[in-house]
Amino acid sequence: MSVLAPFGGSPPPSPGPVIPRFGGGSSCVVQNRQFCGAWFVDNFGSRFAPRLVEHIELTAIAVGVGMLIALAAALIAHRQGWFETPFSLLSAFLYTIPSLAFFELMVQVTGINRFTAEIALVSYTLLILFRNTLAGLRAVPPDALEAAQAMGLSRRQMLLRVELPLALPPIMAGLRIATVTTISLATVAAYIGAGGLGEAIFDGIQTGFKTEFIAAGGLAIALALVADGLLVAAQRLLTPWARRSRRA
Amino acid sequence: MRTLLDSFTFFGQHPGLMRDKTLAHLAISFASIGVALAIAVPLGVWLGHLHRASFLAINVSNIFRALPSLAMISIGIGVLGIGFANVLVALVVLAAPVMLTNAYVAVEQVDRNAVEAARAAGMRPWQVLTRVELPLAASLIFAGIRTGTVYVVATATLATFAGGGGLGDVIVNEPTYGVPGVIAGSVAITVLAFVIDGLLALVQRAATPRPLRKQKRSSRAAAVVAEPATDDLVIQRS
Repeated sequence: MSVLAPFGGSPPPSPGPVIPRFGGGSSCVVQNRQFCGAWFVDNFGSRFAPRLVEHIELTAIAVGVGMLIALAAALIAHRQGWFETPFSLLSAFLYTIPSLAFFELMVQVTGINRFTAEIALVSYTLLILFRNTLAGLRAVPPDALEAAQAMGLSRRQMLLRVELPLALPPIMAGLRIATVTTISLATVAAYIGAGGLGEAIFDGIQTGFKTEFIAAGGLAIALALVADGLLVAAQRLLTPWARRSRRA
Repeated sequence: MRTLLDSFTFFGQHPGLMRDKTLAHLAISFASIGVALAIAVPLGVWLGHLHRASFLAINVSNIFRALPSLAMISIGIGVLGIGFANVLVALVVLAAPVMLTNAYVAVEQVDRNAVEAARAAGMRPWQVLTRVELPLAASLIFAGIRTGTVYVVATATLATFAGGGGLGDVIVNEPTYGVPGVIAGSVAITVLAFVIDGLLALVQRAATPRPLRKQKRSSRAAAVVAEPATDDLVIQRS
């Protein structure tokens, strides 16, 4: 079942060279050249844009949910020191499982769907986000906490106005790595029917139509680089004080 | 439950298949790791020794780390065709950045006082590198090698999409091997990743000079805080 899933709508593989039927028969497409720019532009809206949006959704949900879990776990571990080791071990264990194996094993439990993919993708974000969030919380200078206390801030105010803002640089660095990793792993998730750019990659590999899988691969790479760049920019904007100290 | 039992008997029923696929998996992995090691570690150590080109060793390396492996492989099918070379390139791109960055940071952050002292004691640059910097940096260098290796062993599963080889062949071939085969393949590759991670943890420990072993954990934790731009240095895979 899992083998057929991502290729649901496409024709079965035929032996010998495959001549794709789509594309209106431009000579580039018929000869299956390396990359047919015109075909890509014509089909971007119908074939690639929806996959790109799905990919962004998959990634955003996984990183968002992962961040919430990691933040909660890090706050617990920050207050109760014993919690760090078990959660680290668990998330390191999850992190080491190879993605395709993780997806296939989860399919046996929760079936072929996007939810299954998200479980695995969220699991992969936990280690990085937890470690970095906890490291950030622990690096908050005691002086700042004392000052906050002296000013009469409640525990919650201290967390929201002092601790979390000061912990932002490592948290943002963790988010950056988690996001890029998730974008990468989400391409594989298409194998269990999660959609996203991986679907176009598998589809293209299946039919042998080069433009399709090269374009989809290129878009996945572009997405990873753009997301990385945006997060670097966000990191600089949110934590202007970190830049100077890092360079020093 | 029945499926789970079938998956375990699958190993017994197909010992030859599992052995061959595991060996092929290791062959692809080690070839890629070898190439990545040969490029990344000497370059990282050398740049770290010179305290130069941090932009290359950290920022450019970070960009390479961002490249999704499956996307690399799919573009590789178009450019290099199906087969070994394609997978090799994708896996080297996966492993080399983390090895490079770790090797660079490891040598770069060696206590300057120790280096000055070694120079004052009359050591030549080469001796400073081999007798002072490398032993002090060994733990972090090996952390990078270990991380890169585990990524490669895990990701070599995707080789099956570019002409095959490795345990990925079993995982994606449900029509032939059935659900038990898929599970058995998944379990095998997971166990392989853990075993290799464990073995390399031992190597990393053995490579760390004895007096530094106890500090290892705390110094690694410090790296997260000290280098928010590169993060933990020990993490990320595809």
